[in-house]
Amino acid sequence: MKKIVILGAGTAGTMMANKLRKALDREEWEITIVDQFKTHYYQPGFLFIPFGIYQKEDVIKPKADFIPAGVNMIYSAIDRIEGEANKVHLEGGQVLNYDFLIVATGTKTNPDETAGLKDKLWYKEIFDFYTIDGAVALQKFLKGWEGGKLVMAITELPYKCPVAPLEFVFLADAYFTELGMRDKVEIAYVTPMPGAFTKPVATKMLSELLAEKNIEVIPDFYIERVDNDQKKLISYDEKEIDFDVLTVVPVNMGDEMIERSGLGDDLNFVPTDKHTLQSVAHENIFVLGDASNIPTSKAGSVAHFAADILFENLMSAIEGRPLHAKFDGHANCYIETGFGKGALIDFNYDTEPLPGTFPLPGIGPFGLLKNTKINHYGKVMFRWIYWHILLKGKELPVEPLMTMAGKKKVN
Amino acid sequence: MAEKTFAGKTVEVTAEGYLVNKSDWSKEVAAEMAKEDGIELTDKHYEVLDYLREQEASGASLTIRKVGKSGIVDIKGLYELFPGGPLKLSSKYAGISKPASCV
Repeated sequence: MKKIVILGAGTAGTMMANKLRKALDREEWEITIVDQFKTHYYQPGFLFIPFGIYQKEDVIKPKADFIPAGVNMIYSAIDRIEGEANKVHLEGGQVLNYDFLIVATGTKTNPDETAGLKDKLWYKEIFDFYTIDGAVALQKFLKGWEGGKLVMAITELPYKCPVAPLEFVFLADAYFTELGMRDKVEIAYVTPMPGAFTKPVATKMLSELLAEKNIEVIPDFYIERVDNDQKKLISYDEKEIDFDVLTVVPVNMGDEMIERSGLGDDLNFVPTDKHTLQSVAHENIFVLGDASNIPTSKAGSVAHFAADILFENLMSAIEGRPLHAKFDGHANCYIETGFGKGALIDFNYDTEPLPGTFPLPGIGPFGLLKNTKINHYGKVMFRWIYWHILLKGKELPVEPLMTMAGKKKVN
Repeated sequence: MAEKTFAGKTVEVTAEGYLVNKSDWSKEVAAEMAKEDGIELTDKHYEVLDYLREQEASGASLTIRKVGKSGIVDIKGLYELFPGGPLKLSSKYAGISKPASCV
């Protein structure tokens, strides 16, 4: 019996388990997936929790519901991968042998990496919304807040879902407007990047939207520490920003298990061939989703597109053929902009987000880099698609590689 | 693309002043590039530039955090050496590409 082991049963690992179980003969291939947690979170939904649009129960389901029959699910923490010996050591001593390994252990937030972040104001006046606990704590806080200065700050790159903090400030603007207290709230967006987004065309569109909504952007601000007594952010070059309430994207890092396995870079992300998705260190280890260091967004859409490529390459590797499928870094992100509207961006390693229509050229129904109601409905519908189609590895009418069809070049 | 003359040598640079051909780099070119921004390069600066060149040659992606863990200088020190844009400026003087921010 040959063995495939998948580490991590989040978006990426679950999709792969479904795809592989369908494709591979059960008499020939044993598939095992390992995760320490039993709950699957619909992470794009976390963003809506602070504003009371979603509640906790809207974003959770048991992981087991999405693991197909014929796949062994093991609930355990992972001690380390021993790549030279093709073994995974689980916490507690169990050892899994593999012919092929898929690392899908994701990225997580590490507030401890920034001095003063996880201190006496943590979950009192400083929050994250990348964890269920943080999102729920922030919802409670905002319900009773009477106004002041709300600062949304990004500590480090890369981080999961690059548009989420922008969506957060857009939704905050709408939330306080609807409560009739927008004039009592100042909103600032603090980023270590030189602008609201990294790519020029999208930055221009998003900057205009931020200005329209009276949200101040403070670029090139690299946070050294948070002063809890004076409620200030302090940068490495001694600039300061006051806040009354701080929402933050903490430093994102890969799993500590990657570090224990000696497979990570300085942020515990696994060096991975950005086209084949094979790990640099071992031919029979592939990396899917946020756990890799490939230079594209850490996002579910990327894991979804990359899963098709990884699947093809794994099939080739199993048959001893060269890996011909090449990932292009394709990402597709809805951006909630508040008041029932949304924008959409579609891009890859080489092509920045451009205006146009998606997925059908000239038809849409979604407008790229446009702020429309239908884009918002796309995001709303996506939760259903995620649970019922995407996680189960079924086909969506969107190609894995990005296409220029429907996009307009901008100079 | 534009052309500039550093240390008596005409080199091609991008619109933002980064060297187009990495082979044009020398310590003297670096010193004159820095001087244009009002920075006098010291041995410490050169240690950082050497580190960046080595890292880029090995294919690693560079971040301020990574330089801060290099043992040469901490992040605060890096800001002091290259005020305003530590990685952008040090990359420019090291003759390597402008650091790509992840999306």
